[in-house]
Amino acid sequence: MGFGVLALRASRTSSAINRCFSVSRIFANPSNRHSRSIASTPELRNAEAAAEAPQTQEIHPPRTPLAGARVHFPKPEDAIEVFVDGFPVTIPKGMTVLQACEVAGVDIPRFCYHSRLSIAGNCRMCLVEVEKSPKPVASCAMPALPGMKIKTDTPVAKKAREGVMEFLLMNHPLDCPICDQGGECDLQDQSMAFGSDRGRFTDVKRSVVDKNLGPLVKTVMTRCIQCTRCVRFATEVAGVQDLGMLGRGSGEEIGTYVEKLMTSELSGNVIDICPVGALTSKPFAFKARNWELKATETIDVTDAVGSNIRIDSRGLEVMRIIPRLNEDINEEWISDKTRFCYDGLKRQRLNDPMIRGPDGRFKSVSWRDALAIVAEVALQVKPEEIVGVAGRLSDAESMIALKDFLNRMGSNNVWCEGNGVRPNADLRSGYLLNSSISGLEKADVFLLVGTQPRIEAPMVNARIHKTVRANHAKVGYIGPPTDFNYNCKNLGTGPQTLLEIAEGRHPFCSALLAAKNPAIIVGAGLFERKDKDSILSVIDSIAKLGNVVRPDWNGLNFLLLHAAQAASLDLGLVPESDNSIESAKFLYLMGADDVELDELPSDAFVVYQGHHGDRSVYRANVILPASAFSEKEGTYENTEGCSQQTLPAVPTVGDARDDWKIIRALSEVAGVCLPYDNLAGIRSRISVVAPNLLRVDEREPALIHTDLKPDCQQKMSTEPFSSAVDNFYMTDSITRASKIMAQCSASLLSKK
Amino acid sequence: MFARLATKRFLEIRQILLQSPQPSRSLSTALNYHIDSPDNSPDTPWEFSAGNKGRVKEILSHYPSNYKQSAIIPLLDLAQQQHGGWLPVSAMNAVAKVVQVAPIRVYEVATFYSMFNRTKVGKYHLLVCGTTPCMIRGSREIEEALLKHLGVKRNEVTKDGLFSVGEMECMGCCVNAPMITVADYSKGSEGYTYNYYEDITPKRVVEIVEMLRKGEAPPVGTQNPKRIRSGPEGGNTTLLSEPKPPPCRDLDAC
Repeated sequence: MGFGVLALRASRTSSAINRCFSVSRIFANPSNRHSRSIASTPELRNAEAAAEAPQTQEIHPPRTPLAGARVHFPKPEDAIEVFVDGFPVTIPKGMTVLQACEVAGVDIPRFCYHSRLSIAGNCRMCLVEVEKSPKPVASCAMPALPGMKIKTDTPVAKKAREGVMEFLLMNHPLDCPICDQGGECDLQDQSMAFGSDRGRFTDVKRSVVDKNLGPLVKTVMTRCIQCTRCVRFATEVAGVQDLGMLGRGSGEEIGTYVEKLMTSELSGNVIDICPVGALTSKPFAFKARNWELKATETIDVTDAVGSNIRIDSRGLEVMRIIPRLNEDINEEWISDKTRFCYDGLKRQRLNDPMIRGPDGRFKSVSWRDALAIVAEVALQVKPEEIVGVAGRLSDAESMIALKDFLNRMGSNNVWCEGNGVRPNADLRSGYLLNSSISGLEKADVFLLVGTQPRIEAPMVNARIHKTVRANHAKVGYIGPPTDFNYNCKNLGTGPQTLLEIAEGRHPFCSALLAAKNPAIIVGAGLFERKDKDSILSVIDSIAKLGNVVRPDWNGLNFLLLHAAQAASLDLGLVPESDNSIESAKFLYLMGADDVELDELPSDAFVVYQGHHGDRSVYRANVILPASAFSEKEGTYENTEGCSQQTLPAVPTVGDARDDWKIIRALSEVAGVCLPYDNLAGIRSRISVVAPNLLRVDEREPALIHTDLKPDCQQKMSTEPFSSAVDNFYMTDSITRASKIMAQCSASLLSKK
Repeated sequence: MFARLATKRFLEIRQILLQSPQPSRSLSTALNYHIDSPDNSPDTPWEFSAGNKGRVKEILSHYPSNYKQSAIIPLLDLAQQQHGGWLPVSAMNAVAKVVQVAPIRVYEVATFYSMFNRTKVGKYHLLVCGTTPCMIRGSREIEEALLKHLGVKRNEVTKDGLFSVGEMECMGCCVNAPMITVADYSKGSEGYTYNYYEDITPKRVVEIVEMLRKGEAPPVGTQNPKRIRSGPEGGNTTLLSEPKPPPCRDLDAC
């Protein structure tokens, strides 16, 4: 929140007497230096948001809205003017006093208020003085009224907040030296501005029994200040009504009443929203202090959503992963898998090139020897017997290198796992989440076909949940029985139900036809089915029936499962023959661990290039160690078609190299040298194939060409849809190596 | 310097005052979390009795169908009467099911109100008013007498399961302080009574307990024979004549 500066700001009152007090000069915004003691300098912290924010008032020194506060006027006639510390601000009707202050660039201290949760108004930290109001008002809960004169830095407001702070600290243990939140604690920061150096409370402080919320969230309930953010988060965002406020008065506590673990895939977010150290990360407990960590802004690859994350590392080690704000993708939440998979990056790693000897055991060799052997075998087999498979975590650079390498070897049997046989790589609208993740909020009817968003893409599920809560969107689901954290109608389990809907015989049709913005979400698990073309053509006819695809709204969505999928299809990683594995003599697995290798001829030579000793290593003849997503710069495209880049947070382990570099080196040894030897070169190669991948942080929507699809003659089977992900916590080599994820699947999944 | 000394002295005096023996005054009958026990576990089935099902329907009819959760408090009260004065966790789950909310929303309500007992109470739950007027008129002695007579601690049930003693805040009988309330769960939700016994003395309260034990019904209200309801002892001493009509302005004279 950045209340640290408030501490300095508090000293500014004294600087009114002594104008040359240097600290205040440095921090004071020169444009509005006069008369504001509790103010902030957002442009120092958040230059981006400050630049984006509209200039709401031309009068007086222009103020910069805080923390990305945007003023949006749904109806221009509803604009009202209020005065914050004497400066006029124009805001839409219905905004609260606190939001008005944010627009005016005044930071109001708060504990319970959170912009993404409902308003509780129970911490009273945001008290401000309003002219003609007899008492200070809680700004987070008070709607701003026309002409209101809000004063945020008067002695009344300051004294009120100091009083609140004293009460909050009354029962707070003040164990900051042993608290994991220390250094990033709202209470710590704000007590620097509003706290006293001594307390008047001499009784015994209360203590509260700690709760067991599972292997992820550690609780120290004595530190809790009852802001109820976690309760509201669990109810409103995570959709699991487990937490509640029990008891009353000084005996009040947060808990589940009955012994219950928090079985939500978003439970880790309560760690972030807790303003004190009551809910902290269990795996991160006592591991590091936040100020000793190096932050790297990167993206997540454990699912196809590409959540924006920050990897906090110390030295060679990833210490924790926390979310970054991205309104279009993950808002400010991430899933538990994203947050806690990081310990998998330290375990089961491949650090040296290895060759399997005649005795069946692996022996470490030098890169030179390993590449020589691979190249030798590759040159011996027939070109059509060479097969390459990219794994779920592959970045675009290494996939294009793999494809180029195999093409130069004369083979075009290269694909990315999870895309199934004969994937549709021609029409981007056929594999992307076309209405975009944030666009799902506009939908009013959802039809989920063979997808369980809660375990396949929790962030997409959180959007659907948000939409269902906000405008009571109807959700229909076709697939195997599964958990939903919102109201969802199970329409059926297989393609039969799809046919009924397409023919208008199903009761759900009326909802679909009545919808303004219907959204169909098709799971990528269907891509693996043999009859996927006929299923997709039925879905197309449903889309036509419900007018799902229009120029202004494309509601026909495909929800991918893996980080590599969208980019691989953009790059055209489509195998030439359907049964290439069966006839392969040389199989190049680039991090592919979920390929069915039973059909592979026993004399085939398997190269495994990857970062974890996972499933495919058992069959590999040569192991080439590669770096994980936290150690390399790579481009990933998420399920909605937004390309993003990872950045290296930690150095790679052992002798491992970036995926594309290994393939580039191998191509040289094999005598088919690839024409690029740096990242810029490989990216200019990508720009020829899929230029959208280079437009980072930009969503490239698919063009709609529904008519271009060939008619399908395939027969649809009646086999019900199966679930694409068995265990939410373990979907790829990193999460399978993670101890925390193993604990989660042991303790949380068995409960379901 | 002076201020520091004064503070130090003040703290010393305070410490001495704090050391004076004072029983812990917990209002609620239970902790804020559930501990499984043979008679209180989520797995025990619990249902409203056939007779009470109609009352559940009647209670629900008071509230709009989209605000069913408004019925949580009356339903919890009914469940408590049916279950001998206390709410096992399965009863709260049953209420949650009736009003279609998550169980935690019911637990929140049940833990908030001290009149919902989440541990076993006696068939006669005796609640001593502990608020200032009653305390001044001797409610502490009354509680002491009760506890001594029954041989239990506060919020503990006697061995025969008949009595338990709790504390309650002001019940609005300050004029007849001190007072106790007897919640009678011995006859289920049909014969449930909640009676006030006012103007009691440590001796009288023991008599009341003994009468209850014998199944008699002690007269409710003031226990001082010289008083009628909240009137003064020995009859009225003022306002003896018929009240005069209120003075009216003679509008014609104006």
